[in-house]
Amino acid sequence: MSILVGVLFAIGIYLILTKTLLRIILGTSILGHGVNLLIITMGGLKKGGPPLLGIKGLSYADSLPQALLLTAIVINFATTALFLVLSYRAYKVLGTDNTEQLRGNKNE
Amino acid sequence: MNNLIILPIIIPILAGMVMVIFRKNIMLHRIFSLAATLAVGAVSFVLMGQIKTKGVQALQLGGWEAPFGVSMVADMFAMLLIMTTSIVAFCCLLYAFYSIGKERELHYFYPLFLFLITGVNGSFLTGDIFNLFVCFELMLVSSYVLISLGGTGIQLRESIKYILINVISSFLFLVAIAYLYAMTGTLNFAHLSARIATVGQDGLMMTVAILFLIVFSLKAGLFLFYWLPGSYSAPPTVISAIFAALLTKVGIYAIIRVFTLVFYHNPENTHFFIGLLSAITMILGAIGAVAYNDIQKIMTYNVVVGVGLILAGVASFTAVGMTGALYYLMHDMIIKALIFLLGGTIIHLTGTSKISEISGLIRLHPSLGWMFFIAALSLSGIPPLSGFIGKLFITEGTFSAGYFWLGGIGLITSLMVLFSIMKVFTNVFWGYTDLTLEEEKGTTKGLLLPIGILVFLTIALGLGTESIHEFIDLAVEGLMNPNIYIEAVLGNHSK
Repeated sequence: MSILVGVLFAIGIYLILTKTLLRIILGTSILGHGVNLLIITMGGLKKGGPPLLGIKGLSYADSLPQALLLTAIVINFATTALFLVLSYRAYKVLGTDNTEQLRGNKNE
Repeated sequence: MNNLIILPIIIPILAGMVMVIFRKNIMLHRIFSLAATLAVGAVSFVLMGQIKTKGVQALQLGGWEAPFGVSMVADMFAMLLIMTTSIVAFCCLLYAFYSIGKERELHYFYPLFLFLITGVNGSFLTGDIFNLFVCFELMLVSSYVLISLGGTGIQLRESIKYILINVISSFLFLVAIAYLYAMTGTLNFAHLSARIATVGQDGLMMTVAILFLIVFSLKAGLFLFYWLPGSYSAPPTVISAIFAALLTKVGIYAIIRVFTLVFYHNPENTHFFIGLLSAITMILGAIGAVAYNDIQKIMTYNVVVGVGLILAGVASFTAVGMTGALYYLMHDMIIKALIFLLGGTIIHLTGTSKISEISGLIRLHPSLGWMFFIAALSLSGIPPLSGFIGKLFITEGTFSAGYFWLGGIGLITSLMVLFSIMKVFTNVFWGYTDLTLEEEKGTTKGLLLPIGILVFLTIALGLGTESIHEFIDLAVEGLMNPNIYIEAVLGNHSK
């Protein structure tokens, strides 16, 4: 699990460091998945039953990381959507999706 | 239990939601947003009175006891900041009425503004570190939209950089939270503080602490501020004013909260590191402010210097330094909004932001000129204006903690700030008047009122230091003694 998280982080960071805007956004998305997996791993995997009143067991799984994860997924989803729309608009207005050309010039 | 605490979050978000429904009715938007900020200000005033008599107030949401549910905590520190936030937001709204333009007003400027305020207030009030993340995101998503609202080329370009840097820092924030949860098994600030006090702040905990510092530094513009000058000069005046006044301050608040309440056991490492970063920030910011000849660039670099100075006070980790940091934090929120509004007005009048292309404005606009002069003096900390007392205490704090270099750098950069802002003043307001009233690109109609209010506030805060001193003292006492906060949240569980 933690190796998978590492791989996702590596891919995400690699994509963020490329020049094309769309790849950067995909990179943030993959990085987000890596983070989500990390949260769920940090809560401990597969220990105990579901924390419900009716079910009897010696130990229960920690449900808090899952709640955190759910919130993080929603936020990640929303920012990615916003980011995609914005980059499309930027592509339309500025006519480029190359970050080299997004630096801006002095004549503005 | 005190249900008032939730109001600074509920009021703006409800007002904003109602406004989204009535999209065409701009007048309703204006009235609602003003009323909402005023109401939040009033609530914070009432709460300040309660905290003074009854101590730190806490609210456990949904009736879940402290470590299990999400708690909202109102201590004096948070309430002072919420109060200042509502004042600054009020003035920025007044300014926006005359400057933001119909197009942006129709595209949900006021609801977004209120959502931003919701996020800021939520960050100040929350007692749970994951909730802090959520409030950060609420604030940031609103700011993403505000910064790109209008969709000009430069705005889009800068907003992409701004969003990318903030998305990455949010992920780092989540990583830090995940590790912290794995080690302590809790997310409640008070509970975290109590648990870390028992297990100690060793190697792994230090790593997480530094990770938090990196995250908050990205948001506050401490050392990692390279995104800031570009993105703060892209949007319209009033939006960059509210960003400069509030967004970086939320990052500073988070640093202060986390490093006084949770990770305070190893100040010779963490706080020294903060001090180092703040020294570099001040130097680089001051160099930037002196180097540019563009009003917007000078103003944004001054934001950076302000961040460095506040955190120098925090780094000293003495009661005096903390008092200074709090005074300066309040002053900085007011003065940064003020200086951005003033600079924006100058650009609005002349149509350019190069100071070499503007001169002699004081003949046409004497009141604007004098207010700019007062703001400039206050910014650089000349007594009796509000910047002085904070700077004095911060310097005293750093000296008493033995960080003489830090205090020295703070004083030298103050001089550089004075130089940079006086450069704007002499170039823009003195000299031949090469512009007539008819040639100007806009008028100051309605714009001077909010500026006047903020100028009055900076003078009042400077002269009336004594009257808010007891509130600041109470806030500092709470920051220096984490047990007050812990007991207010956890109650009997902490014993």
